[in-house]
This record gives sequence, structure tokens and C-alpha cells, in this order.
Amino acid sequence: MGNVLLQYLTVLILTAFVGTEIIAKVPSILHTPLMSGSNAIHGVILVGSMLILGGATSNLQEVLGFLAVILATLNVVGGFVVTDRMLEMFKPRAKPTAPKSDEVAK
Amino acid sequence: MSRGTLIDLLYLFSATTFILALKGLGSPKHARRGNMVAAFGMLVAVVATFFKYVDGHALHHVWLILLAMFIGLIIAVPTARFVKMTAMPQLVAIFNGVGGGAASLVSLTEFIHVKSSHPATYVILEVLLGVLIGTVSFAGSAIAFAKLQELMTGRPVTYPGQQIINAIVGLAALVLIITILVTASTSLLWVLLALSFVLGVIFVLPIGGADVPVLISLLNAFTGLAVAASGFTLGSNLLIVAGVLVGASGILLTRLMSKAMGRSLSNVLFSAFGSVVTASGATTRDDGRSVRSGTPEDIAILLGFSSRVVIIPGYGLAVAQGQHVLRELAELLEAKGIEVFYAIHPVAGRMPGHMNVLLAEANVPYEQLLEMDEANSELATADVALVVGANDTVNPAATDDPSSPIYGMPIIHADLAENVVFLKRSMRPGFAGIENDLLYNPKTTLVFGDAKDTLTKMVAAIKAN
Repeated sequence: MGNVLLQYLTVLILTAFVGTEIIAKVPSILHTPLMSGSNAIHGVILVGSMLILGGATSNLQEVLGFLAVILATLNVVGGFVVTDRMLEMFKPRAKPTAPKSDEVAK
Repeated sequence: MSRGTLIDLLYLFSATTFILALKGLGSPKHARRGNMVAAFGMLVAVVATFFKYVDGHALHHVWLILLAMFIGLIIAVPTARFVKMTAMPQLVAIFNGVGGGAASLVSLTEFIHVKSSHPATYVILEVLLGVLIGTVSFAGSAIAFAKLQELMTGRPVTYPGQQIINAIVGLAALVLIITILVTASTSLLWVLLALSFVLGVIFVLPIGGADVPVLISLLNAFTGLAVAASGFTLGSNLLIVAGVLVGASGILLTRLMSKAMGRSLSNVLFSAFGSVVTASGATTRDDGRSVRSGTPEDIAILLGFSSRVVIIPGYGLAVAQGQHVLRELAELLEAKGIEVFYAIHPVAGRMPGHMNVLLAEANVPYEQLLEMDEANSELATADVALVVGANDTVNPAATDDPSSPIYGMPIIHADLAENVVFLKRSMRPGFAGIENDLLYNPKTTLVFGDAKDTLTKMVAAIKAN
């Protein structure tokens, strides 16, 4: 028992540091997409929900697992689509006076 | 290589994409690609899971899984695609809530599944934490959604004995957790589920609308931690990594935001400060000071003779849907050789960085958006500070008046500019319900009316000149 738990705890601690380090550098104009993006990432609970439903051995487990997969899909799909919609709008200022050469070629 | 090892490798790949995605969010250029990378990683993880063995057999109910995914898909895509940008905060809240709900259900179901094999105490503890945190996040997000969607009042909901009731419910949850740890009773787990739901609701009710952004960020962190707890129960490194990444980011973001409001997190969560409203609603105050109001045309002339204009947008702008007209106005001014900046307060809007998203939607180039500190150094040399639909974020009481509830909150110093122009709907105070002395300042001009109408008139007036 001890070794597995210890391995998971190691992953937990290291990830917490990695996460904090990366996120501390995000500029405040991107805080909303960050929130929305991380919201999509915890949609990974979909994997857990699939395993639950896929291993269900009673009707109750099937119902709960089915619900979990629906909710998790909402989370993951909605999260990524909303984030993409937000980020789509963060475009640098268009410079119409100096079109890039490859655009001219088209 | 065995099937299990291959799947674990793919999971490792997914976990890496999540980290890369968060790293990509560090700059506007790479942010979108980062999100795509994470979405691809998620897809890999989901496809790999279909080939995984559970308890020594391939996944049962594959069609049920696909059906559930299909249902989720046909609800999520149109909702996420077509909801208006101003409604984004409540959308994030609700997608966060369902994630918490899913995590809670996963923990609960896994407990029912493994209960017959007498799991170790630490497994039960993981389950309990998953159920508790996940359900609190679900219920809390639902209330936050209702507040933002204005299905219920945005003001803090308070009742006598609130603190005591909350403490009793919290204590009951704790006692219940200890009892379940000892007895491993499934029926008590259902009670915990219900109690966590109540806890989530009463935790969020007293938090005022202005503080909801901080709250959503915190609930986002909760869901992350609930996912990590399910990861422990299921023995999945992927879930632990993703959950902890989100947990860490959410907590850090929550702290940054409370700091931006000059308050401690516990003050945000437990003080219900929106109730000290003192709105006179009149244009003259007791001490006889009155405000000066102007027409959109006056302001257009004032702007036309400026060389440097700083626009300070607030949530009122978004409510009036005036972002596009505002951008048009800024472009007209720029065409006349006038320098235009936007000063963005970190808590303008209803989420951290919400205002940036709203302006980006209106095609405002992000190079023109200044963060608070930068903006304050520009304001001293500005001719006009144009405050559109903002109030609390420019209220000098935050620096001058120690008795003010927002004392200590960093503000944008609109008062440093030569002239201050407020576009306001009425004399009503802002979201925090506090009077703003800047409105009575001799260099301030107020233009009453819908921000979008006023801006449209200003654009017309400038074009006519």
C-alpha cells in the first residue's frame, strides 16, 4: 500500500510546484482565458467517469457513471470551446499598410 | 510493450500537453495554440481510455459511454459557441460546476464499487474528500451561476445566525467524515453528499456579486482538487497531475485577485460587505456639493482638443454592449493623432481579466490595454480620463478614506488626469454600493444615459467636425 500512495503523493507535490511556477508568470490580461483553460483541463475527469461506467457492476453504478460521463463531457467540451472563443479574439493589431509577402502571393 | 504500459505512456503525453497549454497561456501569441494542444492531449487520453482494461476486462457499456458523451456534446457545443461574451463568467461557472459534480460522482461510484473488498482507510478518506469538495464546487457554482445570470439577487444573502448555522453544518460534515472513516457506511456517504450540497449553497449565498469573480476562481481550484482526489482513488496519475495543476492555478489566481481588491481572501469569503449601502441617488449631497453634467457633444469637443486620452472601462460598458462603439471612438481619435490608451483594473468586469476579453472581442488591439500600474503613470500626463461604466475601481476613497469598505483596494487614479469624464447611467453607486467623491470633483463632468447611446452620439459629433 505504502509505495503506491507515496508515488501519488510525490506526483502531487511536484505538480503543485510546477503549476505554481508556470502560472505565476501569466499576465493579468490572460487571467480569464487561464481560468477557462484550466477549467477545461480538469475536464479530464471524463477519463475517470469512463472508467467508472466501463467497470460498473450494478444498475446504480451504471446510472451514476452515465451521469458522470455526461457532466464530464459538458465540462471538457464546453471548457475548450469557450477558451478557444476567448483566445480567438486576442489578435495583435492588424497592420494593413505592410502585408506579408506570402499573403501578397496568394 | 504491454497494453497497460502503452496507455500509461499516452496518459503521460496528455499530462505533458496540459502543462504546455498553461505555459502557452503566458503570452497572447501562443495562448490559442496552447489551448488546442491541451484539447488534442485530452482527445488522446479519452481515446486511449477506450482500450483500457478495468478489473481485468475490457470496458463494459461502451455504447452507453458513447451515448452519454454524445448527449454532453450536443448540449455543450451550441451553448459554448453562441453565448454572448458578457455571459462568459456564468458559463465558466457552470462548466466548472458540472466538472465538480462529475468528480463527486466518480468518487462515490468507485466507493460503492470497491466497498466489498474492504478498502484501506486512506482510500475511504480520498473518496470522502472527492465527494465533499466536488459537491461543494457543484452547488457553489450553481449559486454563482444564478447570481451572475440574475436569476437571484446579486447582493449578499444574509439571515440571522448565519455564521452559527454555517459553522454547525461544517462541523456536522466533519463529524460525518470521521464516522464514515470508521464505519465505511455507504448510506452515510449519501448523507455526506446531501450535506456537502447544503454546505456549497450556504457558503456562496453571503458572497456579494462584486466578489463572485474571486469565488469562481476558488471553486475552479476546488474542482481541480476534487479531480485530484478521484485520481488517488482510481490510481490515475493523469487525473492527479491535471487536478493539482488546476488546483494550484486556481488558488494562486484567487490570491492574486483578492490582493488586487486590497482584501484578504477570508474577508472576501466571510464578510458580506455589500450590505453597507448608502446610496443617496440625488445629484446634490447634504453638504451642498453638486455635480456638473455635460452633453455628449461637449465631451466630443473636449476629446477633439486633447492630445492624450485614457479610457477606463468598467462592467457598465459591457452591460450597455458599448465595446464596439467605444473602439470606433478610439479609432477616430487616433486618426486625429490623439494618443489613446485603455486602463484596465484587474477586477474590472466580473472575472479576472474579463474586461480584456470584452475589449478584445471588439477588436481593440491588446497593445493599447494598460494594466493598472502602467496606466497610473500615464494618467498624470493625460488630458482626459474617460470613465465608461466604471465606478468603484476609480473611487479615491480607496486611498483617502480609512473608514470606507474599499479602503486599501488599489485603484486607477483617474483623478490625476486634467479632466475626468464619467459616462454613467445614473447617480447610483457602483457594485460595492459606495459613494464616489470623484463625481463631485470640480474637474469632473458627468454624462448621464446609456453608455452605448452616449458613445454613439460622441462618434457622430466627432465625425461631423
